[in-house]
Amino acid sequence: MIDHLVFVLQLLITGIAVGSVYALMSLGFVLIFKASSVVNFGPGELVLFGAYVSWATILQMHLPLYIAFPLTLVTSIALGLIIERGVLRPLIGESIISVIMVTFGFASVIRGVLNMVWGSDTRPFPALFSSEPFHLGPVPVSPVHLWSFVIALLLLGTFSLFFKYSLTGMAMRATADNQQVALSLGISVKGIFALSWGIATVVSTLGGIILASVRGGVDFSLADLGLKVFPVVILGGLDSVMGAIVGGVLIGVLENLSGGYLDPVFGGGVKEVAPFVILVLILMVRPYGLFGKVGIERV
Amino acid sequence: MTCGGFRVRYRDDERIFDTHLPMAGLMCLLCILGAIPFYASTYWLDVLNRIGIAIIGAIGLNILIGFTGQISIGHAAFLAVGAYTTAVLEARLGLPFYLAIPAAALVTASFGLLFGLPSLRLKGLYLAIATLAAHFITTYVIIHWEGMTGGVLGLQVPAPMLFGLALDSDARIFYVIFACVFPAAFFAKNLFRTKVGRAFIAIRDREVAAQVIGVSLFTHKLLAFSISSFYAGIAGGLMAHHSRILFSDAFTLLVAIDYLAMIIIGGMGSILGSIFGAIFMTLLPEILKLAATSLSGVYPQSFGLIASSRDVIFGLAIITFLIFEPAGLARIWSRVHTYWRLWPYAY
Repeated sequence: MIDHLVFVLQLLITGIAVGSVYALMSLGFVLIFKASSVVNFGPGELVLFGAYVSWATILQMHLPLYIAFPLTLVTSIALGLIIERGVLRPLIGESIISVIMVTFGFASVIRGVLNMVWGSDTRPFPALFSSEPFHLGPVPVSPVHLWSFVIALLLLGTFSLFFKYSLTGMAMRATADNQQVALSLGISVKGIFALSWGIATVVSTLGGIILASVRGGVDFSLADLGLKVFPVVILGGLDSVMGAIVGGVLIGVLENLSGGYLDPVFGGGVKEVAPFVILVLILMVRPYGLFGKVGIERV
Repeated sequence: MTCGGFRVRYRDDERIFDTHLPMAGLMCLLCILGAIPFYASTYWLDVLNRIGIAIIGAIGLNILIGFTGQISIGHAAFLAVGAYTTAVLEARLGLPFYLAIPAAALVTASFGLLFGLPSLRLKGLYLAIATLAAHFITTYVIIHWEGMTGGVLGLQVPAPMLFGLALDSDARIFYVIFACVFPAAFFAKNLFRTKVGRAFIAIRDREVAAQVIGVSLFTHKLLAFSISSFYAGIAGGLMAHHSRILFSDAFTLLVAIDYLAMIIIGGMGSILGSIFGAIFMTLLPEILKLAATSLSGVYPQSFGLIASSRDVIFGLAIITFLIFEPAGLARIWSRVHTYWRLWPYAY
């Protein structure tokens, strides 16, 4: 009985920790969608980019951490701005399929460039936290998980405050609400688009760094984790920051629980597919998710 | 030379070939294709076979996205269902290929119907995300249903037999593939002259308006999904015979994106565009490979670099076409065509 409880608790804790990283990545997705109605189908590549650049600055250039991290963040902001300015702005007002395809396009470019520069081998990532597990009651918890949870929580808290109280945050919310009104109030909507891409790439990069240090290595399979963003945002609601946070943790927990219980039945790998099953179920029942805006159009 | 077509009946206006020239061109093409296996090397035959398969798949996807406006990122899953059904029917039940491929296509079509169900409630990007999820669920089932699909070990496909002749070489399978490509292209071309095809286009342009003028969204959306996946089923079945052994990693998300890129680059809502796109996307990696091998003599380290530049060029091609020529290669073709038809008196 106790064993079983420990098993469940461990799944829960891992789930919450992984889920908080999903929440971070989804935050980036939701921000972009809220501001500019662009669905980014390359969230995984943004994560990958962050992980590779931080690996390169820390291990390849041997920069100290206090230079390496800001450098990584600046690079990722630059990437976000390039994508917004170069790729998405010319396509404002185009059909959804064009916008979706262009995100696939730049994702492919990012993947290709990373592959050309650093090759496809797995690169060891420095353990930023100690790997010695400590005990929370009877449950062993690894510090990496705890730290990723704490960092994600801090960031999410900061961003929530930023949106609620800062002038820029309010401008972003106004743009999301109604672009024309925002324009007439003197808000630069283009600036907001650029800003949302900048923030999105930054949070994806942070997610990438956390994921890379949890896994202890960087390779291209990190990008697959990025696709977990879709179950999260559908569950939480495509245009809700709150939804991204709650949805991220929920999906993390659900995938770990289903993996823990159903893997013996289906022979492994349930963790990879369970979020997508959940996604389909939610789309059938409640397509706008937990906190999303309900758009009704009946034909 | 056609200069000013005087069409006085609707029949003339709707004809697939409005003059004899394209018809003659098509006949020439058929003759050339018929002779190719006697002259081409195995390598180029293989490339041509893959082009043929890609054309069928791309036409199918274009019917769904380009003509009906239903976004699907799950095309690789359709191909996988077609390929595995063909393989299972032949390897385990011993069906001949000319029955197995149509049967597999029908299975895929009904599978597409299932895929299409969410489209009745969801639109645009929600549908895209739903099909993305369906892709992952399908590939999961294929990998883990080992008793049927062989899982990661792969599934051997027997060589197709026709009148006691084993179609076991690239040259022989070439005829099978292109015997499917031409009917597939013509069926699609003709489809959009019929009531059903026009209904598809109406749905793409505006759902509400289509419903108002009496197009049943329920019937036509599901029909579009099943026709599209029927094509994918045939392409998958041919793929099974072309590759002879099936692995589940031949049907990743990247394959679905490749097909999407084909119809974007070729031209959405154009059959000719699907064909151009399929040719372009299949030739692109081959040309890069050739460039890499020929340059590796001069710059030995360039081989890996050019080989891995495929993703970059692929992505740049998509972005460039979307920004500068959203109607794709088909549009470029028609511009060139018009220019030369009126040359030198273009005005």
